[in-house]
Amino acid sequence: MQLKYIKKELGVATCALLQVPAAAVHSSDADWDIDTAVLFYSESDNGVSAFEPAIYAGKDLGDGERIDLRLVVDVLTGATPNGAHPSSVAQTFTTPSGGSTYTTQPGETPRDDSFKDTRVAAGVDWTLPLNRLQRIKLGLNGSTEYDYQSLGISATYLQDFNNRNTTLSAGLAFNNDTISPVGGVPTPLSNMREAGTGTNRVGGDDTKTLTDFILGITQVMSRKTLVQLNYSLGMYDGYLTDPYKIITVVDQNGLPATSAFTNGDLPYIYEKRPDSRQINSLYFKTVHHLTRDVINFSYRYFWDDWGITSNTFDLKYRYEIGRGYLQPQVRYYLQDAADFYVHNLKLGDPLPETASSDYRLAKMTTTTLSLKYGHAVGENSEWSIRAGFMNQSVDDGDVLAGTETPDTDAIIVNAGYSFFW
Amino acid sequence: MDTVKPWDKDLLAKQSMQPVPDFFENFYDEHIYFSKEASSGGQSVGGGGCGCN
Repeated sequence: MQLKYIKKELGVATCALLQVPAAAVHSSDADWDIDTAVLFYSESDNGVSAFEPAIYAGKDLGDGERIDLRLVVDVLTGATPNGAHPSSVAQTFTTPSGGSTYTTQPGETPRDDSFKDTRVAAGVDWTLPLNRLQRIKLGLNGSTEYDYQSLGISATYLQDFNNRNTTLSAGLAFNNDTISPVGGVPTPLSNMREAGTGTNRVGGDDTKTLTDFILGITQVMSRKTLVQLNYSLGMYDGYLTDPYKIITVVDQNGLPATSAFTNGDLPYIYEKRPDSRQINSLYFKTVHHLTRDVINFSYRYFWDDWGITSNTFDLKYRYEIGRGYLQPQVRYYLQDAADFYVHNLKLGDPLPETASSDYRLAKMTTTTLSLKYGHAVGENSEWSIRAGFMNQSVDDGDVLAGTETPDTDAIIVNAGYSFFW
Repeated sequence: MDTVKPWDKDLLAKQSMQPVPDFFENFYDEHIYFSKEASSGGQSVGGGGCGCN
C-alpha cells in the first residue's frame, strides 16, 4: 500500500531532493493536505494521563512555495511524581499553592495529585524557494498552558546538489518561554512549608531562552536507500529548574528528617538546577526499501554539560499487506545521570550548589514496543492506529531498601486519518 | 554510492521512504520522550516549547 503524495515539512525537502515531478506526488496544487490525529497516553498507578488531538494542514502555493499549519491540544490529568522517594513511613506534602496537603502511604511513590493542565500549541511553517536548488523554511511556534507560555521562531536553509541526490540543511531556532508556577517560584533549596504557614517563594514567574542550531545532510545512497546525518547544538539559559520537584532530607536511618525541622519547615527542599545548559546530539537515520517492505532505523548520541549522555535506538519495520501495512516498532533509550542528581540529601551535610532527585535526570532506560496498522482508503487517504507499551526503569545504585524509584509503565495509543480537501 | 537518476527514484518517492513517513507519529513520540527523558532533539529545530520538562 502506498499513498501517491508526499507531505509534511520534511517531505518538502525530500521531494525536491528526490526530484520527483510534482504531478506524481500531489493530487492537485489546489488541495489542502490534511492530517488529523489523536493520542491517548496513560501511566499505571494513577500516574499522568494525556489526551492530545491534533490537526495539520499543508498546501502547495505554486513554484515550490508551501505553507504548513499545526494545531495541538494537550489535556493532562492524574498525578505526577514530586521528586521525593518512597519511604517506610507515611509522608505528608504541601500542594504547590501552599493551601492544602496530600499524604503518601508507606512504600508508595509520592505524587502530587493536584496536577492538571491543558496546553494549546500552534505552529506555521512557510517554505520559500530561493532558486531551483535552494529554499528556506521559516517557522513560528507558540503554546500556552496554565503555568507556561512559549513563543519561538525558526529558519532552516536547504541546498540541493549532486543531481539532487544530496541535500544540506542548516537551521536556527529561538524560543522565549515563561513559567508561572502555581504558588510562585520556590526559593531554590529552601524547605517546603507546612500548609497554611507561608511558602518560600522568590517571585511569581521566571523565564528561559532556548537557542538551537542544526546542520544536516541527507544523501540518496542508492535507488533503495536514503541516509541522514544531523548535528544539533542547543544553548539554554535562565530558569531551567522544575518548580514542582523536591528532594527528601533524610536522617541517619534513611527516613525523612521530620523532627530535625521546626517552625513549619518540612524535611523536603525544592530542587535547583544550573541556570544554563548546552546540549549536543548526533543523529543518524537510514531508510531502506526491501522487495516490498521498508526498514526505518535511527540512532542518536546525546551529550550535555550537565553530565548527561544518552543513546537512543529506534527501529521500525513496515510489512506490506495488500492495501494495508503492519509496522512493529522497538525503541530503546539509555541515559546516564546528571552530575547534580541525588537520590536524597543527608541531614547535616552541606547543601550542594545544585541538586535534583527528578528521576528523569537519573541513570535510566526507556523501552517501548509498539505495533501500527495503516490502511489506504481510495487513492489519497489513509487511516492508521498504533498501540504501544513503554517502560522506564531507574538504576538507583546503592540506596536504602524500600526507597528505590519504581518503574514507570505507560500505554500509548494514537490514531490518525489523512486526506485531501 | 550510486548517482541515482530522476527516473530511478520511484521507490524513494514513496511516502514510506521519507525520513518521517508519518508526521504525527513522530510528533507524538518526540513530545512523550521530551517530557519523560533528559535528552531531546536531533531531527530538526523549531518544534516549540512545553512546560512538561
